[in-house]
Amino acid sequence: MFPSRSNDRLLWILRGSAAISGIVVLFILLYLVLGAWPALRNLGLSRFFFDEGWHPTEDVYNLSPMLLGTLAVSFGAVALATPLGIGAAVFCNSYAPAPVASLYRGMIALMAGIPSVIYGFWGLVTFVPLVARFVPHGQNLFAGCVILALMILPTIALIADASIARASKEYQQSSAALGLDRWRTLRRVVIPAAGSGITAGIFLAAARAIGETMAVIMVTGNVVRVPDELFQPTRTLTANIALEMAYAMGDHRSALFVSGLALFVMTLVLTIVAQFFGKVRSHV
Amino acid sequence: MPHLCSRDFIRPLLLLVLAFAVSACSRSGSEERRTLVLTGSSTVAPLASEIGKRFESLHPGVRIDVQTGGSSRGINDARQGLAGLGMVSRALGEKEKDLKAYTVARDGVALIVHGDNPINSLSDTEVVSIYQGKIGNWKTVGGMDAAITVVNKAEGRSTLELFLHYFKMKNSEVRPHVVIGDNEQGIKTVSTTKNAIAYVSIGAAEYAVTHGLPIKLLPIAGIPATLATVAEGTFPISRPLNFVSLSEPKGLAKEFIDFARSEAVHDIVRSQYFVPITEQ
Repeated sequence: MFPSRSNDRLLWILRGSAAISGIVVLFILLYLVLGAWPALRNLGLSRFFFDEGWHPTEDVYNLSPMLLGTLAVSFGAVALATPLGIGAAVFCNSYAPAPVASLYRGMIALMAGIPSVIYGFWGLVTFVPLVARFVPHGQNLFAGCVILALMILPTIALIADASIARASKEYQQSSAALGLDRWRTLRRVVIPAAGSGITAGIFLAAARAIGETMAVIMVTGNVVRVPDELFQPTRTLTANIALEMAYAMGDHRSALFVSGLALFVMTLVLTIVAQFFGKVRSHV
Repeated sequence: MPHLCSRDFIRPLLLLVLAFAVSACSRSGSEERRTLVLTGSSTVAPLASEIGKRFESLHPGVRIDVQTGGSSRGINDARQGLAGLGMVSRALGEKEKDLKAYTVARDGVALIVHGDNPINSLSDTEVVSIYQGKIGNWKTVGGMDAAITVVNKAEGRSTLELFLHYFKMKNSEVRPHVVIGDNEQGIKTVSTTKNAIAYVSIGAAEYAVTHGLPIKLLPIAGIPATLATVAEGTFPISRPLNFVSLSEPKGLAKEFIDFARSEAVHDIVRSQYFVPITEQ
């Protein structure tokens, strides 16, 4: 009787907490839609893609440069962080002596715990002036990608590390028995086996990159501009909301909610894609 | 057994709902508290709200309710009696002479460059050309041979509004390289970028200079950018921050205006990077 009763209680607690997190997400979505509704009704969806530019006080509301800005900064960051993160994980698992590996893991975990505003501040006072030695304006897309890559690197490295460790345990001895060397074991056996876990980590990191605000505001320059050059400034959707929300009114404020809604949709798509990869793994 | 457990779960929930209901009742029960509503400018609102908090702590039972909505809402609400006081972040116009304005602080905007920049002043037309991207190198205005990094403020900020108004520009004409949010970000950007030019609240800029950051305030139209020239009203890019009222304020409104204009709140005014009024 006792076990079933405590099981029952646990079940209700779990149901309750699951319901709370689900309801919170729905409420956020509802809040965004309600906030965005006046702008969508007054301006129409197409103006957010075809207006002259983004100058809400002059009544033009083109969001598309910032959609592209968010995509460019996030993509650049993921492209930089992925090889570094996987490299770090492989080093930890297969090449580093045990004490070095555990120290290294600890350092990466520490890196994951540094608040984004610190990365941004360091970027602004140290990295941006460095970039400015080579190009006229240091706050640009490139600086944003690098700072963001440093921020998401631990996510990719730690998840890849865990997936590789699991795969190694399963396969390393068998492949050693087959006479494969360390590099081949890694390339042909362990990494393919850990592949879906690594991919899920990359998507998780990408979601973090898309949502990042403080670090990005300090280093990308925030000029509303289609990100067609690496060393020119750009603005992300999150930066747009953070920069303008405090003083926005009327349609301007509502248009910022549309930015938020666009972000929500982007993260949703990413999550669905990540889940698809997760499913692939469980079927293998 | 399951229904026993669910009852265990529901009981605290019911208690919680009951607690909310009781607290809501008690709140609506004590409505004889005195309340002053201020609406209007989003520039004045944070200041009014901080002053309001101090006023509330000195006068128990009083509530100062601050709502934003722009200077025009402040004018409208004061006229129609929808608010106790309106907040307006500019001098009143000719058509607004029916209202009485009480200045609580002044706001000024200074152009800043890096401390190592040899430039000591720029004419108004030079500033406009730099911000419109027609002058792209400091050499053109007598400085070093380096590309100018133009720093602009994000849409909706009052400093941006004041800056554009003085230089008679539209924001869409500005060709910035960096867009910033608050004053601190502008100061940090200029102090770490040798070739940058930005504009920020004078209070924030002076604070940074006294704390040793390498920035320099440029004079406008020959008048030095200092808190003193803003307080005198001689500095060109400045404006009064006003409380407005249709009739002669009495009672709570008068008490609050007097408090907001007194020396007792000068520290709050300075902490928001505004300039306290000197003469009473």
